[in-house]
Amino acid sequence: MSTSRRGFLTAAIGAAAQGQLHAQEHEHEHQAVPSDLTLRVKSLESLLVEKGLVDPAALDALVDTFEHKVGPRNGARVVARAWIDAAYKKRLLANASEAIAELGYTSGQGEHMMVVENGPRIHNLVVCTLCSCYPWPVLGLPPVWYKSAPYRSRAVMDPRGVVREFGLELAEDVEVRVWDSTAELRYLVLPERPAGTENLNQDELAALITRDAMIGVRKVNGAGRGGKE
Amino acid sequence: MNGVHDMGGMHGMGPVKYEKDEPVFHAAWEGRVYAMNRALRAWRKWTLDTDRHGIELLPPAEYLRMSYYERWAARMFEQVVQFGLVTKDELESGRPAPGTPKATPALTAAMSSRFLSRGIPSSDDPKIRPLFKVGQHVRARNIHPVGHTRLPRYARGKAGTIVRDHGVYSFPDTTAHFLGEKRQHVYSVRFAARELWGDSASPRDFIYIDMWDDYLERA
Repeated sequence: MSTSRRGFLTAAIGAAAQGQLHAQEHEHEHQAVPSDLTLRVKSLESLLVEKGLVDPAALDALVDTFEHKVGPRNGARVVARAWIDAAYKKRLLANASEAIAELGYTSGQGEHMMVVENGPRIHNLVVCTLCSCYPWPVLGLPPVWYKSAPYRSRAVMDPRGVVREFGLELAEDVEVRVWDSTAELRYLVLPERPAGTENLNQDELAALITRDAMIGVRKVNGAGRGGKE
Repeated sequence: MNGVHDMGGMHGMGPVKYEKDEPVFHAAWEGRVYAMNRALRAWRKWTLDTDRHGIELLPPAEYLRMSYYERWAARMFEQVVQFGLVTKDELESGRPAPGTPKATPALTAAMSSRFLSRGIPSSDDPKIRPLFKVGQHVRARNIHPVGHTRLPRYARGKAGTIVRDHGVYSFPDTTAHFLGEKRQHVYSVRFAARELWGDSASPRDFIYIDMWDDYLERA
């Protein structure tokens, strides 16, 4: 009886171990996040709360801000305004931080903004080769690809090859300007207004403007669906 | 430091992987890590530059393996102990040491919206003179600081032109290590891709890098 019991246990443990291995392999395919990390983060938060070092409501507010309030829709409104209001565009290119603040977007990591304009002869592209610098108030937090090794390593050395992967073929005679965000300046690309959008109002234009176009890896497509990537 | 984080011009990293309809945070813990980092920095025990350096100090193989917020989490586990917010025992047990007085959070929910709008100080300071001027031909110094620096390796020793004076900012190489702000001018410097990468680069490609006075010399 004890033998069969041991046999059962061995089989059960074996199955559990196999299941775990499979789960780990499965997880690895997506992103290799150690399974205990979630618990360690939770444990640190409860420790910090108990010691009075962080306020959980403040953490909730921060998460909520970046999940729901700040994002590329802000940048799209800035760009749409610049497309229809020549005086605003002039202010935006001359003093981006102030012009963006006019629309109420003033949070951190965008205190010192530069807006760079795309046109038929010039294409701008933004990267941070050293970390993940990005204009939070107008674009929110950066997507994973922007912070990834492939983009950071190649955007400065092979910008045409990188945007080709996004489906954008730049003509040989176009000047490419890559902005490596190494200091506290944050860059937003003012994309070219597509043809055939003359009759659209500011909100309709904003709906066409994508995050990727404001980083400079795509153009704004007048015919296609805009909004979320 | 010449670390793996300094990625400009590296080969072998593969194609860009694009995720359609990507969420801001991929799991709840990522958002908590992000928010805790911001809330803990409000204690002003370390600076944004210290934060950046904390990521650079991760072992290179770990840096490349980890996801973005995993790096943030790893840094936070180090920082909270290093800067004396919690003890190693507390971190391991998840419980405050007996008799620890309870602090008042440096960042409360009521303050958070104001906190979010406060950031890097003004770049105006007429007392600090620029060492270079717009239009000047300059060279990025060939230096290899062992600590934090924002001078990417791919630009060192290369010549470019100053196209804009951004004003005055604190110097990350010293700020990260609590060695003073050493405020100085930052410029946008335009480099021809061919200067950086040789003749295989397009003659119509240009890289703009923001550089502090201390990174530059006359060309």
